[in-house]
Amino acid sequence: MSRVRVLVGTRKGAFILESDGKREKWDISGPHFAGWEMYHVKGSPVDPNRLYASQCSGWFGQLIQRSNDGGKTWEPVDNKFVYDGVPGTHKWYDGTPHPWEFKRVWHLEPSLTDPDTVYAGVEDAALFRTVDGGKSWQELPGMRGHGTGSGWQPGAGGLGLHTIILDPKEPKRIFIAISAAGAFRSDDGGATWKAINRGLRSEYIPDPDAEVGHCVHHMAMHPSRPGVLFMQKHWDVLRSENAGDLWKEVNGNLPDDTGKRGFGFVIDVHAHEPETIYVVPIKSDSQHFPHEGKLRVYRSKTGGNEWEPLTKGLPQTDCYVNVLRDAMAIDSLDSCGVYFGTTGGQVYASADGGDRWNPIVRDLPAVLSVEVQTLA
Amino acid sequence: MIRVVLPAHLRTLAQVTGEVEIAVAGPVTQRAILDALEARYPMLQGTIRDHVTQQRRAFVRFFACQEDLSHESPDAPLPDAVVSGAEPFLVVGAIAGGK
Repeated sequence: MSRVRVLVGTRKGAFILESDGKREKWDISGPHFAGWEMYHVKGSPVDPNRLYASQCSGWFGQLIQRSNDGGKTWEPVDNKFVYDGVPGTHKWYDGTPHPWEFKRVWHLEPSLTDPDTVYAGVEDAALFRTVDGGKSWQELPGMRGHGTGSGWQPGAGGLGLHTIILDPKEPKRIFIAISAAGAFRSDDGGATWKAINRGLRSEYIPDPDAEVGHCVHHMAMHPSRPGVLFMQKHWDVLRSENAGDLWKEVNGNLPDDTGKRGFGFVIDVHAHEPETIYVVPIKSDSQHFPHEGKLRVYRSKTGGNEWEPLTKGLPQTDCYVNVLRDAMAIDSLDSCGVYFGTTGGQVYASADGGDRWNPIVRDLPAVLSVEVQTLA
Repeated sequence: MIRVVLPAHLRTLAQVTGEVEIAVAGPVTQRAILDALEARYPMLQGTIRDHVTQQRRAFVRFFACQEDLSHESPDAPLPDAVVSGAEPFLVVGAIAGGK
């Protein structure tokens, strides 16, 4: 019988939650790396027992941990993330030049074909890669070296490269997103990059239709249709039919937030229905908790525009948590499982595509990331 | 032998308990101690000082003989009591620094 393994990164350690295919009873292990910020933990699609974890702290900086046994044991691997050449400057919040400084790894994306190859999205924004299982990391400098790089400004959480999507049909195609530069695509394995932000409109920047400068929060893709992308931006949920060349807003009936719609951080796609997508609307700009104190996942079965709130099993009074950008995941069991974690330390799971929810755990540290592995 | 006391998180990372004893060739300085420490425990590279600049991380301090040595030159000789092993070299995580 299939099993699932949920990998949870929190503000104070990592947790591994395992269940059989019914997803009713869960074994919880952790905290792994207690006291450290675990920005992201993700397994190799090729070898599910090979896990990579981003571990960092304000005191001791960045570490990368690797497991070869599904998280039972770990070993630190190389943590040297050095920008290629002279890093130069990007823009600071006030528009002045600011030196590029490595701060942390936000996201680890293992290769679809090789367990030793992993991409790392870092702050200040850059893309690194290891091809030896984490023994060494090299920057793909064409990303940071995109002609617009000197004009990128950080979002509130920093200038983080937080989203990496590998195209399962075109091995040299990579999508990434940076707060607050926008989305980019490489069609040559990461050597060169194209900004793919046409159609994004951000009223909070001087030129709302600028090539870069958009605060993209997250992107998602269904592997059967890699040309169709979904985006959760600072405001607005969008979709693209052409690998990001043009985006259209699909906010539809998402909750109205003082005349605007579509703020949130997570977005993900159903495992078997490429037009079924999930977001968690959040109030902005400063509040960053659910509308009306009700934690609601919104599901669209039409790829956007028409949304239904999913509430069964989720708190519908006095709920003021946030759901951060990497904190939603989808399993691939026949009855698709959806998972998300909150800054209040809950991890919620639905074993029926979002119709009903249950907390797997309630009292973890603030959840930074959630990934799930479907195991044979 | 030079005695080094690491903060709890770095003891866990290096898989050691209690003090670490390391041999330092040549003059005993902060740099010499950290070089020897990182050679023996490579997983500590980058956690006490920056990989590239070799600067002490902002929320890490160095103490010995009840003195704060954090702002001394990394190549300055350390007190005789550290060299003789009578006193440990302390790597301390600041009380601030977490979230």
